[in-house]
Amino acid sequence: MPSAPEETDEAKRTDPKTFLANGLQVARSMVLPLLALFYTIRSDGAPLAVLLGIGVALLLAFFALAYVQWYRFTYHVGAEDIRVESGVLARQARAVPYERIQDVSIEQSLIPRLLGLVEVRFETGAGGKDELKLTYLAEKEGERLRELVRERRDGTADTAPVGGEENDGPADEGAPLFAMDTRRVLTFGMFEFSLVVVAAVFAGAQQFEVLLPFDMFDFEEWQRLLAGPGAWLAGLGFAAQVIGAFIAAASLLVIGFATGLIRTALREWGFTLHRTAKGFRRRRGLLTRTDVVMPVHRVQALEIATGFLRRWFGWHSLKLVSLAQDSGNASHVAAPFAKMGEIEPIVREAGFVTPPPELEWQRSSRRFGVDSAVFAGLLFAVIAALLAGLSAAGVFARLDLFIPDVVYIVLVSGAVLFTAEQWILWRKRRHALGDRQLYSAHGVLSPKLDIASRRKLQSVEIAQGPLSRLRGYASLKLGLAGGTLSIEGLPLERARELRRALLASMTESDFSELA
Amino acid sequence: MEERALSSEHDDDGALTPLHPDHIKVLRINALLMLLPVLAGVIVLEIADFAPAGLFAGLYLLVAIFILWRIPRRRYRFKGFAMSGDRLRVVRGLWWHSDTVVPFGRVQHIDVDQGPVQRYYKLATLTLHTAGTHNASVHLPGLLHEEALAMREEIRAHIKRETL
Repeated sequence: MPSAPEETDEAKRTDPKTFLANGLQVARSMVLPLLALFYTIRSDGAPLAVLLGIGVALLLAFFALAYVQWYRFTYHVGAEDIRVESGVLARQARAVPYERIQDVSIEQSLIPRLLGLVEVRFETGAGGKDELKLTYLAEKEGERLRELVRERRDGTADTAPVGGEENDGPADEGAPLFAMDTRRVLTFGMFEFSLVVVAAVFAGAQQFEVLLPFDMFDFEEWQRLLAGPGAWLAGLGFAAQVIGAFIAAASLLVIGFATGLIRTALREWGFTLHRTAKGFRRRRGLLTRTDVVMPVHRVQALEIATGFLRRWFGWHSLKLVSLAQDSGNASHVAAPFAKMGEIEPIVREAGFVTPPPELEWQRSSRRFGVDSAVFAGLLFAVIAALLAGLSAAGVFARLDLFIPDVVYIVLVSGAVLFTAEQWILWRKRRHALGDRQLYSAHGVLSPKLDIASRRKLQSVEIAQGPLSRLRGYASLKLGLAGGTLSIEGLPLERARELRRALLASMTESDFSELA
Repeated sequence: MEERALSSEHDDDGALTPLHPDHIKVLRINALLMLLPVLAGVIVLEIADFAPAGLFAGLYLLVAIFILWRIPRRRYRFKGFAMSGDRLRVVRGLWWHSDTVVPFGRVQHIDVDQGPVQRYYKLATLTLHTAGTHNASVHLPGLLHEEALAMREEIRAHIKRETL
């Protein structure tokens, strides 16, 4: 096999510090189980020296194993593919041709970062499970390998044009297309209030209250406990209970906000998005720093979303739907928290446009709106009617059961609420067909806008269920590489019209010109 | 109920080519194979004798006739395809109706599969794979094997021409 001048033909090992990083990571994940184990043995009366001995032996074993694994792992960057051989007892060999590599991403988690190492992942579109990765390489070697693979790939098969600035070279770094400063990250964090964590803490508090020396929901007990230094508080009687409840609620709120802030800061710290010759380059993360390049020509569709509260402040997020995967996530976040004015340039760079004002938006079928509204409330209405009927017939009286009015009130208001929700959803659901793009907007509390390139769609399906068949509407389901896009409840004629138009623009080009 | 009336326009909404009539037989035999294990259960229930004799057997017979006679015919009637110069349209289903068009230019690879029953009747299933997440593979059963192979060649020739 012919080999490029700068590559020797022999297989290489990953960075020698790898075994240290791996060993440390295994050791770190074993600390808690080991402590638990020691605690149990210790209570059986084993001397401390023996325990320490076991600990050291295990630690040595981890590092020895990590070393052997490192020793047996080799990679070879060939002229046509990358080959990796690994395994201590069983050997695995894998070859990945450059043409199949969608992208190369570099990731750094905490321990490798301290050691100056990176994990290099080769994304083949296999869905994340069987991706080839090299753990760990020195930072420089990782960068070099990424550039090398990109050049080889683009040189061999991928002849699709990558923007107009091919001669910028790989290392161009102008002003970022989009960046988030500390203030922005913290503002973002405030909006990421985590209701889930609050619920979990609340549930956890109930679960684990057996571990507490007292019942945390017993306010009298609280008062007794407060009788010492907090006697003045307990003396306030009812006021103390109110204050206690207030403190509990406030601490839950603080936990929710803090979780949101910390999680967001960890993920989004130092977020920058650059437009390089090869595509969008995104770097973010505080402890685990990721560096991902998303080739522009692989962007299939865009997703602009906002949230319940943040929409009133004008904050939106932009995701790129692409063939390559982003740590298990099909779409790449290009701007997690930005004003529309900041999103528009990114959209333009991706080769898309935001909906022009003269675009003709269309609603879904009115019948679809009516049907979904009716069906949303139907279940509750039916249960309410059933209960009312049975109690009128005296069934409950005979069974000695009594249905309080509250039940009816809940059921009826549930029916009304769900019906109203579906109706409003229908009113907000819109789609439009532009010259080059298909737009679909939906959602009331957190509206979402999908923009798909007409020529990059893969297939078009008109789907109908029993109800939509009777009532003459249909869903248009579009095959989109790396994502899903469907427009619900279109009048059948409109669905056909859209399909004709979309197919006309799809058949203009072959897949190989797209991806 | 006669949904064929819908399809009277040109192009992507036009008339469909029906599948090979033997496809009904394949559907029936497959349904029969599904029904057999249930029969064992019914026999056990009849022997156990805790319901009027023949109740389960009668019910089973009714359901079996429906599944073996009526459903395959209806499924066959509402299936169809249309192949033009640059796209394949596959239609199926009465209540759960689906009408999919795949342009040849989006086909990643093509399978022609034959199950054992299909093989007996010299039928095959043509499957087109696309890169889309939705409808990643579109199946068209009930084609004569030679016809499926010919269609595959035609689609492949088209892909090649476009790529070169």
